[in-house]
Parts: sequence; C-alpha cells; structure tokens
Amino acid sequence: MMTMAPPQASTLAGSVDTLFDVMLALTGTISVAVFVVMIFFCVKYRRRSHADRSNANQTRLGVEVAWTVVPFLMFMALFGWSISLWSRMRTPPADAAPIYVVAKQWMWKVQHPGGQREIDSLHVPLGRPIRLVMTSQDVIHDFYVPAFRQKQDVLPGRYTQLWFTATREGEYPLLCSQYCGTDHARMTGNVTVMKPADYARWLQAHAGTGLAEQGAERFRRFGCSGCHGSQSSVHAPDLDGLYGSTVPLADGSQVRADDRYIRDSIMLPRKQVAAGYAPIMPSYTGRIGEDDVLALIAYLKSRHATTETAREQH
Amino acid sequence: MSTESAMLAQQFDDAAQQREASALGMWTFLATEALFFGVLFAGYTVCRVRFPAAFAAGSRHTDMLLGTIETAVLLTSSCAVALALRDVQLGGRRVAAWLLVLTAALGLSFLVMHGFEYYSEYREGLIPGIRYTQQGPLAGPMQLFFCLYYFITGFHSLHVGIGVILLLVMARRTWRARFSAQYYTPLELSALYWHLVDIVWIFVYPLIYLVGRAG
Amino acid sequence: MNSIESAVPPPRSYLDDGHSLRSWLFTHDHKRIAILYALAITFFFFLGGFAAMLIRLELITPAGDLLTADAYNKAFTFHGVVMVWFFLIPSIPATLGNFLLPMMIGARDMAFPRLNLFSWYLYMIGGLFTLAMLVLGGVDTGWTFYTPFSTMFSNGHVMLTVVGVFVVGFSSILTGINFIVTTHSMRAPGMTWMRLPLFVWAMYAVALVMVLATPVLAMTLSLIALERIFGVGIFDPALGGDPVLFQHFFWFYSHPAVYIMVLPAMGVVSELITAGARKRIFGYRFMVWAIVGISVVGFLVWGHHMFVAGQSMYASMVFSILSFIIAVPSAIKVFNWTATLYKGRIDFNAPMLYALGFVGLFMLGGMTGIFLAATALDVSLHDTYFVVAHFHYIMVGGSVMAYLGGIHFWWPKVTGRLYSQAWARFAAILMFFGFNLTFFPQYLLGYEGMPRRYHEYLPQFQVLNILSSAGASILAVSYLLPLVYLGWSLRHGPRAGPNPWRAKGLEWLTDSPPPTHNFEVTPVVNEGPYAYEDA
Ligand code: HEA
Ligand code: HEA
Ligand code: HEC
Ligand code: CUA
Ligand SMILES: [Cu+2]
Repeated sequence: MMTMAPPQASTLAGSVDTLFDVMLALTGTISVAVFVVMIFFCVKYRRRSHADRSNANQTRLGVEVAWTVVPFLMFMALFGWSISLWSRMRTPPADAAPIYVVAKQWMWKVQHPGGQREIDSLHVPLGRPIRLVMTSQDVIHDFYVPAFRQKQDVLPGRYTQLWFTATREGEYPLLCSQYCGTDHARMTGNVTVMKPADYARWLQAHAGTGLAEQGAERFRRFGCSGCHGSQSSVHAPDLDGLYGSTVPLADGSQVRADDRYIRDSIMLPRKQVAAGYAPIMPSYTGRIGEDDVLALIAYLKSRHATTETAREQH
Repeated sequence: MSTESAMLAQQFDDAAQQREASALGMWTFLATEALFFGVLFAGYTVCRVRFPAAFAAGSRHTDMLLGTIETAVLLTSSCAVALALRDVQLGGRRVAAWLLVLTAALGLSFLVMHGFEYYSEYREGLIPGIRYTQQGPLAGPMQLFFCLYYFITGFHSLHVGIGVILLLVMARRTWRARFSAQYYTPLELSALYWHLVDIVWIFVYPLIYLVGRAG
Repeated sequence: MNSIESAVPPPRSYLDDGHSLRSWLFTHDHKRIAILYALAITFFFFLGGFAAMLIRLELITPAGDLLTADAYNKAFTFHGVVMVWFFLIPSIPATLGNFLLPMMIGARDMAFPRLNLFSWYLYMIGGLFTLAMLVLGGVDTGWTFYTPFSTMFSNGHVMLTVVGVFVVGFSSILTGINFIVTTHSMRAPGMTWMRLPLFVWAMYAVALVMVLATPVLAMTLSLIALERIFGVGIFDPALGGDPVLFQHFFWFYSHPAVYIMVLPAMGVVSELITAGARKRIFGYRFMVWAIVGISVVGFLVWGHHMFVAGQSMYASMVFSILSFIIAVPSAIKVFNWTATLYKGRIDFNAPMLYALGFVGLFMLGGMTGIFLAATALDVSLHDTYFVVAHFHYIMVGGSVMAYLGGIHFWWPKVTGRLYSQAWARFAAILMFFGFNLTFFPQYLLGYEGMPRRYHEYLPQFQVLNILSSAGASILAVSYLLPLVYLGWSLRHGPRAGPNPWRAKGLEWLTDSPPPTHNFEVTPVVNEGPYAYEDA
C-alpha cells in the first residue's frame, strides 16, 4: 500500500501508515482465511459430492467461545494502539507555533502572527511544530491535508486546532472535506513546506503589519479603547496581562482567559461576565469578522508580559 | 355489542390475545413518546449547562401562577380519567361518561390557559423569530430558552389537544354502552395515554417554570 | 378457537381475493400490503439509482463538466435521502417482513392490520413530499442535513425534504410497533422464543431499534424546520447554540439506523444459507444473542461519526472502543454462517449465490468499518471515499444483495411461480463483479485522499474513478435483469407448489400463493427452526 498512499510529509504520517498497514494485514489475513474456508466447504460439500456428512448438526461451544474471545482481544489491542497514536495526534507540543485560519464559503484565509496573510495557501517551515487555530465565518468546513494525515472540522462560533510538524519540502494539496455548499469541491489550496531559511525569507518578503499591530489598530477603530483604555471613564476591566490569566466571573466560577474566552467576550459578551463589572459591553457578532477577532486576540496576547502558549481545552 | 368476543378481530384467536396485543402496542407507542420528549429534554439540558444565567432569567419571565394552576388541572384530570375507568370496570356507565367529559374539559381549560400565557408573552415580546424585543445582558442566549420553551410546551399542547378529542370520543362511546365490565380496552388505553401527557408535564413544569426561581 | 377455524372459507389465494384496485388500496392483508410496499420501494430504488448514475457519469472526468456544482450536490443528496429512507430502511422489513413475519410464526395476520395499511399510506405521503422536492428543484444539504448549513445557508427545498423524511419516519415507527406486538402475542402454539427463525428475531430486533431511534430523528428534523422558519434555534451558533448538538442527535438516530439496514439482511441470509446448505444454522443461540447485542450496543456508538467534529477527546475514546466491541457479534455471525456450510449439501441456486455474496461483501465492508472506528485512522479517512466505499459495501453489497436474495427465495411463495435459475444465477454473479468493480476502487481513492461530495477532483484520481463508473454501469444492468426474468415468470413461469426448495419453516407449509388467512389450520410447532435432517 505504500506506493498508493499520499506522500508522508509529517512526523505523524509514518505512524499512521504503519497502523494502517498492520490492520490491513490482519483484516486481510482473516478475510482471505474466511474466503478460503468458505470456498473449500462450497466445493467439498456441494450437493452431488460424496463427502462424509456424519454428525453434521453438531455445534461446539468451545469453537463459538474461541471465535468470540479471539476477535475481542484483537480489537482491544488495536484500540489501544490507535488511541495512543491518536492522543499524540490531538495534543500539540507546547512549543508549537500558532498560525490562524479562518474558513468561509469557499476559501481559506490564513494569518501568520507576523501579519502575513494568505488565501488558499499556507506556508510552513520544515521541522517545526505548527499549531493551527481555526474558526469559521459561516458553516462547518474541514481542514484536510492528506500528506500530513491530519484533518479537523472548522466550526463557526468556536476554535478548533490541528497540529503537525512537516518533514518534507514540497507542495501538498489542502482540501475542504466537510460538505459546505455549492463550491465545496473548489475550496482547495496548497500547503508549501519550506526550509527554515527559505521560510524566514518568505516571511520577510510578505511581512505586513504584524497581526498584533493590526489588532491594536482595530482596538481603537472598533471603540474598544473607549472603554478599556486607561483614560476611559467607563468601568471596564484593564486588559493588560489578561491573556492566560484566571478570571473570576460574576456567577462565582473561574475561567482561564484563552483564545476561546476572549473570542466569546467579544462576540457573546453576556455568556461570561467578569466579576465586579456591569454587563454593558456590546456584542460584536455580525459587526466584525472572525479575522478581526483573531487580530484582536493577538493584540491582547501581545499585551501579556510573558509569552505563554495557549492550550485550549479541546 | 359490548361482549368481548363480539369485538374480536379476525386475526386473533381469543379475547385475551387481543387485549394483550392492544396493551403491548400502546406501551410501545408510549416508549416512542418518551423518546420524542427525551430529545427535547436533552437539548434543554445541554443548552442550560452552557447558559445557566440566561436560562434562569428566561424562566423568570414565565408565568409561575398559571403554570402551577395548569399542573393542578392536569393532575386532577388524570385522577378523573382513572375514576372513569374504574367506574366502567365496576359496570358503571353514566358517571363514567361524565367523568370523561370532565377530563376533556380540564384538558381544554389547560389549553386555554396556555393560550393566555402565549398571548401575554407575545405582548411582552418574548417570542424569538416572531416578536422578540428583549434587550439587556442575557437577551441573546435567552432566545435559546424561549425556542425550547415554545417547542416543548407546543408539542405537549398538541398531545393534550389530541387527548381531548380522544377522551370525548371515549365519553360518547361509554355513554352508548359500547364498553362493559368485560370489555374496556380502548378506554383503558386512552387513559394510559392521558397519564403519559400528564407525566410529561410533570417534567416540563419544574424545568420551565421553577429553575430560575430556586436560587 | 375451533369455531373460528371452521369459519374460514375454502382456501383461495390472497391474490385472487378481489381484483379491483379498491381491493388492493383498502386491503388489510399483510401479504397485499407487502406487495404494495414492494412496488413503491422498487420505484424509489431505481430513482435513487438514476441519481447514482448521474453521480458516476459526472465523476468520469476530473473537471465538473456534466453537472454544475449545484446539480451534483443535489444529485448525491437526493441519492442518499431516497436510498436510505425510501429504499433501504423499509426494504426488507416492509416487504419480506410484512409478508413473512406472520406466516413464519403461524399467525393469520399482523396484530394491527389497519395500522399496517396506514403505515403504507404514510410511506407514500412521505414519498410524495420527496418527489415534490425533486420536481421543484431539489435540495443540497447531503443526507446528513448538517447545521448551520441546512438551517441558515442552503437555498434548496429543505423543508419539503425534512417533512418527507419526518412522515416516512412515522411509517417506520408504526411498522415497528406492529412487528413487536405481532412477535410477542401472535405466535402459534409451541412457537417459543428459542424456536423462532432468525429472520423473525431480526425483524423483532429491528422493530425495537426503529421504535426507539426514529422519534429522535423526527424531533431533530422538526427542530431544523423550526429554525428555518423562524431564523433562530438551538443549533444556531450566532446565539451561542451548538451545531455539534445537531450531529449528536442526528447520529443518535442514524447509527442505529445502519443496523436497521443490516439486521434484516442478516435475518434473510440465515434463512437462505440453511435452506441452501440443507443444514441447521451453526450456533443458533449465539446468532440470537448476536442480533440482540448488535441492536443494543448499536445505540451507544453514534459518536464515531464525529471523531474530527470537535467533540471531546474522551468522548471519542469511548465511542471508539464501543465501535470495536460491536464488531464482535458481527464477527460471530460471519463465522457461524461459514460454519453452517460445513458438512452441508450445498445447492448453488440463485438465492444461495446472493447469500454467499452477502457474507463476503458484508465482511469486507465491516472490516473497513474497523479501520474507521480506529480514531487515529479515521482522522485521515473521515469524509473520504474510503467511507463511501465502506458503507456501500455493507449497504449495497450486503443489504441489497440479501434483499434480492430474499426476493428470489420467496418469489415462488409470493407469486406461486418459478423463474429461470440460469438467468438468476447469471444476474447474481454479474452483480458481484459489477459491485466490486464499482466500489473497490473507491477504497483506494479514499486512501489516496479523495474527499467525498466532490464533483471536481485532482487529475491523479481519474483512472480509479473511470473504473468505478464502468462498474456502476455493469451494476445497473444486473439490477435491471431481475425485472425482466422475474416479470416474465409471472405469466410464463412453471407453477411452484407449496415448497419448491424443500425448505423448513411454517411459511412453506401452506399453499403458494398462500390463502388470505395464511393457514387453513393453525400449525402447532414442536421443534426448533431449520430442522433439516436429510444431510
Ligand atoms: C448498513 C449499514 C452499516 C453498517 C452495518 C455499518 C457497520 C459498521 N460501521 Fe459504518 N457507516 C455506514 C453504514 C454502516 N456501517 C454509513 C452509511 C456511514 C457513513 C455515513 C455518512 O457519513 O454519510 C458509516 C460510517 C462509519 C464510520 C464513520 C466514518 C467517518 O465518517 O469518518 C465509522 C467509524 O467508526 C463506521 C464504523 C462501523 C463499524 C465498526 C461497523 C461494524 O458494525 C462492522 C462490523 C462487521 C465486521 C467487522 C465484519 C465481520 C467481522 C469479522 C469477519 C471478524 C473478523 C474481523 C476482524 C478481526 C477485523 N462506519
Ligand atoms: C442504501 C443505500 C444506497 C444504495 C443502494 C446506493 C447505490 C449506489 N451508490 Fe450510493 N450513497 C448512499 C447510499 C446508497 N447508494 C448514501 C447514503 C450516500 C451518501 C450521500 C451523501 O453524501 O449525502 C451515497 C453516495 C454515493 C456516492 C458518493 C457521492 C459523493 O460523495 O460525491 C457515490 C459515488 O460513486 C455513490 C454511488 C452509488 C452507486 C453507483 C450505486 C449503485 O449500486 C446503484 C445501482 C442502481 C442503479 C444504477 C439503478 C439501475 C437502473 C437504472 C439506472 C435505470 C434508470 C434509467 C436510466 C439510467 C436511463 N453513492
Ligand atoms: C461599552 C464599553 C465597552 C466596549 C466598547 C468594549 N468593552 Fe470589553 N468589556 C466592557 C466591560 C464593562 C467588561 C466587563 C464585563 C464583562 O465581562 O462583560 C468587558 C470585558 C471584556 C473582556 C473580558 C475581560 C475580563 O477581564 O474578563 C474582553 C477580552 C474585552 N472586554 C475585550 C473588548 C474588545 C476587544 C472590545 C472591542 C472590539 C471591547 N471589549 C469593547 C466594556 C466594553
Ligand atoms: Cu468548505 Cu467544504
Ligand atoms: Cu455509525
């Protein structure tokens, strides 16, 4: 099967393929065995044959129990293997570099922390763990890179993430694999894996205003600073050092200020109200796009003293 | 007319078999009903866990007094239908018929009260998608509460409506002596249905009317 | 009891009991209702098959040249909706089940004959809504109706479709209630639970699943309808609602629904293999418990469709392990069918060929289900053609094969006529090859990373797609053939007699075609099923 598979271009691809091949061998063997036995019986006990048919109607309990228990044990072994691999696939390393992805009918918008923007393409460096933080502007999409053996639905109204470490230079197809309407099949693009030096050059060449600076600009433009600014007369929380901290809420519970919390604070401010404040912050749903939210998050993150990576509870 | 063998359908061997089949059919049907409402309650639970404050606030907009009266009305009606059945089992006819009419009337008054509730909610602007004028902090997610509120109570009222018609038909049949102490399966099954409608309401009442008021 | 039996008029076949249209449309006879269903279902099968042909024609070339993107999306949605709800779910239960269940347990009819007819009318009304949807321009949500696409974004006739499926769901529920009650309370004297043919067990289990799962679908679809009408609802992310909640509800029904589609097939195959091999089923008790096990555990694995949908990692682990566990009873069944052949006296008549085809293709389809149940592999295989191949192997290679096998097996009983064995064998073998040519390449396509629901694809996938389309045209021929030779047999086939296969089972004791009330004398049962002793 190696030859048919898409190229293995991530650290995970090899392990996934190994599991696939082992399962293929196992199920293949069993299928062939069943077919051989079936055909053998069919020939030997065809109607006109004179094969011995004494005691034909015996049922042996031992046999039954054996072919109940053996597949069960096999399944449990496969399950264990698959789960351990899977939890690796779903837990990004702590040092993974974030890149932001916004899906909409029918394109992928990518924003790098340095402000580089791409549409329907994604440039990543070789050998460095990358963590995509993804959300959708409209319906559910799905970010799928066969060469990385990774895939994750992209949902409206929340963040999902996907990580990988690319291991091979080249261009690989990026596909939308959750049906999302008319041009679902055209919502495709390319992932380009580059040597770190080339990547650095690419970043330079495409550097725009950094995502955090864009966020700072928006923070003024959307009027956030009117309430959250230091001169503001409105009683609103100071957002310095918010990111990653633990926020006490009005209902007595506590929450970690991660990407999702900040997004919800902007788009659904009533969902979780910070303790000690009146719930007067307006909702920005429908007024600003998901890419604006990502810029704002990056800005708030940059106002955080120590760089700490966000871990969303998945 | 009212003897059991006269009512025997051709596919059955005897009256006992027919009775067993009808009862089992009704219980199976009630199992599907439980799942119909189960989905709605599951949806309610999920949304409420996500937005406890909004759900409590939404609940405070409902009419506690009417809700309580409605509960009492339904419970009384369930009692009336049980008495009617008992009367038939003991050979009665007239009292049973009147009790069934009473049950139907109670069901109808339940629907009327619910109509009033809906109307005042309409005036308050609490109906998402039709007239929703709520402002303020929890207005957004509170719509989820009201979507579920209308769906659950609407679907329940549909059941009450069907039950009222069913009970009136049964009252008429009882009056005309179509049932006897030996044969009363349809009446028994209708009563069973009515109890289900009642039991569902016993779940709806605390979920919709009481949650926001506890704390 | 005796007085009733002597009241039965001298036997006249159910087909001769009135010839007017009225006598059919108002019949309470389970056998006639079965035939009404069979006609309607066949119509929908070819309609769904026509959509499949459009899909396969479009996919011959990588560019989207035959159909527009929109037309393609409508084609696969229509294909999925019709094939699932209007063909496969009712297929075996509503036709063979309706016809045979009362006969196999020695009853004169279903427990609720009027309800039975009513559920056929519900099926037809649901079907009319679906046809209206097609005529007015179709719908493009996929058969899964994922929100928020279906609620807020699709411009198709979502409402009509949802209403159609909703109504047909009630038809399923009523059929289910009827089956459960009939099996419980209408069994002939001596017909204990452990003497029931496996087909009856399968019908019983399937009825339970229908009754317990379908209401969930009905409510979920109603919630979608409401959300479309009023523009707000609990799946709406703009209000903080949860689109993934929809997926949970949908699969809570639709996973059990896949067992609604395969359990009846398993029941049919158990009958065909025992009759073909002239032997008792190997391990009857295990077969029964496997059926029960599948229908119970089937309710607990729905989340395996959502491994990459953003559900919690721990939920996925639980759903994964349960999906592995549910494969164990399926494994038992495959092994026991194979073991039944041992020391049999195997006659390769057409029904037997279909049954053997079922076992092989179901096994291959089920094995790939195991790949999908392994979370780490599902991440790359999800929503690719690997999944498409997986379910067509089970549903087309498995269930449709079994359905056709069943039709061929009981055709003499239903119509009183024999058909050409040579033609029937030829069609079965052609179907097996056409099927594998159509769907095996799709495994490879999925493995190479071709997503499903794509009307355009990367050029490197073309060869395999052409193979698949070629297979589909062979498959189409093999589905049309039975129409011809079975149709021919209706007029020209030799008379069958009560038991042309010398098979066991109460249905073979009575005439072919059976009299209106099935048995002149209610049979008394004093042995288990499949009492073949002449081996
Ligand atoms: C009749 C229909 C049917 C049946 C019976 C099954 C049976 C099974 N299915 Fe399938 N499935 C579908 C119809 C069906 N499925 C459909 C329609 C979809 C897609 C829906 C959509 O998205 O549109 C789907 C999708 C689907 C998925 C989601 C894929 C995805 O979208 O990512 C998964 C994942 O776990 C899965 C798993 C299984 C498993 C484990 C079984 C098991 O029950 C199979 C058990 C059987 C066997 C295993 C074979 C016999 C066993 C042996 C011979 C023993 C030896 C075997 C081994 C040791 C391996 N199925
Ligand atoms: C029970 C179910 C069932 C059955 C029997 C079939 C039967 C077939 N299916 Fe289907 N299929 C589904 C259930 C089923 N399918 C589902 C649920 C989906 C998912 C939908 C979704 O994504 O939402 C799907 C999706 C699906 C796809 C994927 C589409 C996509 O994702 O882009 C494909 C592609 O090849 C396909 C092909 C076929 C073929 C070739 C057949 C063949 O077996 C059909 C053979 C029958 C015929 C060909 C009829 C023969 C007669 C005629 C053709 C005469 C008519 C007249 C003229 C042609 C003039 N199906
Ligand atoms: C009308 C004044 C006002 C405006 C305008 C406003 N906010 Fe707020 N914001 C508040 C108040 C008051 C709170 C605290 C109550 C709460 O949590 O809802 C708050 C809370 C927050 C929080 C959560 C802080 C915490 O400590 O939990 C974040 C993040 C936030 N705002 C970001 C923004 C952003 C980004 C914008 C602009 C796009 C913005 N706000 C615009 C008044 C405002
Ligand atoms: Cu986006 Cu499919
Ligand atoms: Cu499933």
